[in-house]
Amino acid sequence: MKQIDNYPRKQKPPVKQDVKLNTKAGGSFADRLKAYRDQHAQSLFSSLGRLFAAPFTTTMTISVMALAIALASGFYLVVINLQQLTSGLEASNQISLFLRDEISEAHAKKYAETISKNPNVQDVNVVTKQQAMNEFKRFSGFGEAIEVLEKNPLPIVIEVLPKDALTSKQALTGLLEDFKKSTEVDFAQMDLAWVERLQSMVRTARLAAISLAILLGMAVFFIAGNTIRLEIHDRRQEIVIAKLVGATNSFIQRPFLYTGFWIGFLSGVAAWFIVTAMMLILRPSVENLSGLYEGSFHLLFFSYLETLALLGASTLLAVVGSWLVLHFQIRRLQPE
Amino acid sequence: MLKFENVFKRYSGTNDVLKNVSFHLRRGEIAFLTGHSGAGKSTLLKLIGLMERTTRGEIILDGQSYTAVKERHVPYIRRKMGFIYQDYKLLQDRTVFDNVALPLVIEGYGHQEVARRVRAALDKVGLLGKEKHFPLGLSGGEQQRVGIARAVVNKPPFIIADEPTGNLDPELSAEIMMLFEQFQNVGVTILIASHDISLIERMRHRVLRLDHGQLAAN
Repeated sequence: MKQIDNYPRKQKPPVKQDVKLNTKAGGSFADRLKAYRDQHAQSLFSSLGRLFAAPFTTTMTISVMALAIALASGFYLVVINLQQLTSGLEASNQISLFLRDEISEAHAKKYAETISKNPNVQDVNVVTKQQAMNEFKRFSGFGEAIEVLEKNPLPIVIEVLPKDALTSKQALTGLLEDFKKSTEVDFAQMDLAWVERLQSMVRTARLAAISLAILLGMAVFFIAGNTIRLEIHDRRQEIVIAKLVGATNSFIQRPFLYTGFWIGFLSGVAAWFIVTAMMLILRPSVENLSGLYEGSFHLLFFSYLETLALLGASTLLAVVGSWLVLHFQIRRLQPE
Repeated sequence: MLKFENVFKRYSGTNDVLKNVSFHLRRGEIAFLTGHSGAGKSTLLKLIGLMERTTRGEIILDGQSYTAVKERHVPYIRRKMGFIYQDYKLLQDRTVFDNVALPLVIEGYGHQEVARRVRAALDKVGLLGKEKHFPLGLSGGEQQRVGIARAVVNKPPFIIADEPTGNLDPELSAEIMMLFEQFQNVGVTILIASHDISLIERMRHRVLRLDHGQLAAN
């Protein structure tokens, strides 16, 4: 063993009552800054390495979190699409009168004329059975199947557009009730009510999506926290030894926070892929359906901003969940 | 270097574990701390390491009174001392180099400085060339020397050793004690808790003997 000859023999200042925090290591400011940066980089990558070193556990954790995030964000995307669908619908106050089957075309036209004389009506349009059939054939794709039917099952429809002046709901409903009473009409419907109902349904779905997102966000928060708790438990010996040689709590927390960061971020990425894959599967059938309604409806995917928000929220939730657990658990671990 | 002034320690619901303990270790002094089990040895060490706080009295280390030390200051105080344990307390999944480097990494030393100092510390304890080994692949004496290298790598002015030779045969114990004396020669203060009466008698250093929480011999 070698003789030690360069051990420091620095003169220490006399007794001081205030606490001197010698937080500085040796070297220039630039050196220390570099060491600090290196420490962060080291934590960032070693925590990722640690996750890969336990692929089974990591996959399980990230899968559970990704499913929760995918559920919330997928539902959100569905609502966004529904909103797009209904916002395109003008709140038109058109009334459709479906006539009784036994009413002839001539009778229908005469009835339409009577209606057009009503001071509250602006315009009337008769859609005959044949017209309805042609339209249906053209857009439904069931043309050949319909040929097989002996009788045209579609009713004659009279589309009534009330005067613009007639805006109050009560007056419109009154008009609708009048039509319902006439013997020719089998069934009368105001489009406005239909649109309103749909829009209110979308609003409800939106609220449901928000509540679901909050609940599943909490799940992500707790799953991340629990993952970190287990990690702390696994590495408590290391934590105690680090404390023994003078590690601050923030030094000890750092790699765990990066672990939280990674599981949050990776879950967000996985969730994005899950939802996008589901939307891709849905797309052909949705666009087919849209075609049936003469619609120009295109499925909305996550925008760049939404993707950023998704990744940001999942990462933030996981980091905050981890931090909270670390804050309480690291303090409790003390060397003996 | 280390001063105890009328220190009392009582855990809630028990009698005093330490009663009116006062002593003063000077810079570059080696002292043995001894006493029957339950005499308060480990409590005294915990007070120095700030794992426990005094109930009454004052401890001053290197000019710093513990009374004013808050929880967040504790890590910085601990950097002034090196701990050596009977069971070494090494990280089994890290190499010898990483184990010894830990205090320096914690203090934020740069890469090159860490490497230089770790090698110097390993050289002192005669383990240069074993940097890449893992602790489990080393003998007990070698593991203890890794522990010592870790305790001195950041050049603390004070070393606490808790039964450092407890698991070693007499020859290895003598080697470890020789190491301590070398540190003493450069001004390090060392407090060694030990049961090993023959070793204590052979070394002829100062002895602090605790008996039922009181300092019986100084």
